[in-house]
Amino acid sequence: MASYLLAMAVFAGFYALMALGLNVIWGLAGMINLGLVGFFAIGAYTAALLSVKLHVPMLVGWGAAAIAGSVAGALLAVVTARLKGDYLAIVTLGFSEIVRLTASNEIWLTGGTDGISAIPGPFRGALSPLGFNLVFAGLIWGVVAVTALALGRLSASPFGRVLRAIREDEMVAAVAGKPVLAFKVRAFALGAGVLGFAGALYAHYNGYVAPDAFQPLITIYVVLALTAGGTGTMRGAMLGAVLVIALTEGTRFLDDVLPGLAPVQIAALREALIGTALIVILTWRPQGLVAERTRVLQLEAL
Amino acid sequence: MTELLRVEGLTRSFYGVRALRGVDFCVRAGTITALIGPNGAGKTTAFQCISGVVPPDGGRVIFAGQDVTGWRPDRITRAGLTRTFQIARGISRLSVLDNLLLYAPRQPGEGVLAALVNGGAAAEEAARVRAIAIARRLNLLRVANNAAGALSGGQKKLLEIGRALMAEPRLVLLDEPIAGVNPTLAEEIADHLRGLCQDGITFLVIEHHMDLIARLCHPVIVMAEGRRLTEGSFAEVAADRQVQDAYMGSRRWA
Repeated sequence: MASYLLAMAVFAGFYALMALGLNVIWGLAGMINLGLVGFFAIGAYTAALLSVKLHVPMLVGWGAAAIAGSVAGALLAVVTARLKGDYLAIVTLGFSEIVRLTASNEIWLTGGTDGISAIPGPFRGALSPLGFNLVFAGLIWGVVAVTALALGRLSASPFGRVLRAIREDEMVAAVAGKPVLAFKVRAFALGAGVLGFAGALYAHYNGYVAPDAFQPLITIYVVLALTAGGTGTMRGAMLGAVLVIALTEGTRFLDDVLPGLAPVQIAALREALIGTALIVILTWRPQGLVAERTRVLQLEAL
Repeated sequence: MTELLRVEGLTRSFYGVRALRGVDFCVRAGTITALIGPNGAGKTTAFQCISGVVPPDGGRVIFAGQDVTGWRPDRITRAGLTRTFQIARGISRLSVLDNLLLYAPRQPGEGVLAALVNGGAAAEEAARVRAIAIARRLNLLRVANNAAGALSGGQKKLLEIGRALMAEPRLVLLDEPIAGVNPTLAEEIADHLRGLCQDGITFLVIEHHMDLIARLCHPVIVMAEGRRLTEGSFAEVAADRQVQDAYMGSRRWA
């Protein structure tokens, strides 16, 4: 049970890191990104391939994964420069499916649907499964904390102010003298870099990557996490991720509480409960659990 | 007086509608020039093309001796020409002060790396002092930390002007700065514009309140049907038969 709980803490960490990455792209800059699992996959495959095929040190692979995610994000931002809202959503969703299908079919590189296995994990050989989960939970939440601090700083800076302005009204941002496309590319690259880094950590935690792990459902869960937690805030992104994992995993134990139901009924009830919980949260707090606040500055001129 | 803005043969169509059919006019530095004309004359489209928000189909826009035709709006603003919007469109979830700060030019903190290491803090601080000064001048200091979306209609109009000022412009295009504003505040806005003009900022103003134009603006450029009709002092254009016809329709049937 302890191992299971730790594994869930690790997964909550992955979701939190992804929600933070999405928060830059969608929460701050307002670009809907339903392809975030694609960047996560690019990071995972980059790290896995470097580590397994080229025996590159793990840390180098993580850096490369973040850069690969960033580059892919910047390219996608340039390609979709003129798209907004639903249209951007569809194109980004298509992007993540292209990544997944490419991974399934370019067997020479990715091993196709067999995936890549035997990816080393930090200290995996020297530790018990429980110890490995403990180390990794510490690692991922440490990364989450540093990322949240760094992104929180960016969000409070003039850079964050421009992104928010672009989110609310692109034309005003342009008339304010800000090159809108350049800022969108930066935001997309930054967020996608975080997503790629999360993917690299996932590859080394799981020890195995395959296209099946990068289904659009992951994207939906992360979007839900950020929506429920509060778009535009780093604390909201982390809180939402923990909440989504708690809901999806906690409901596994329904049969302990509700005896006499068939497994099929339990499964259906589980989905219904998750949906209901999110509807209740968003009705109760439409801006998410942690709402974005208008910044208050000192007024007396120096 | 020197010429600050020159518009030559500006054309722009929206599908079949020829909004601008070759507009020519110029704005001299140090003036508050009015751009008037009946609805549909092409005044706002001219603003859109000059400020770069909508690219013109043809013609030239020359600002301070530089051909800025077809430039992106952010580049035109950085060159010293900025504008306000007819329907105030502040960033409603940012505070009034942040709305002002958004327009501050040359902010190193807008770079990712600089923002991470808290670079550009001095520039941000200087901009904050300037934003507070502008908020004070425009009577917005009381609401400086409120969300821009929570302002009254008149305050939003003032914020439009304040934001433009933050960009350190030489020329500001004002699109109906007193539309829907009560007479007292309208007078106050007019006073602000006079004061700012004395400080060296040139204004080109679209407005429908003729009494304000009469007192505030010289010269007055009249547009009709996508062209410049005439130009002169308010008294001159008001007495012009062509202008009366453009507004009222000609007396063909009388």
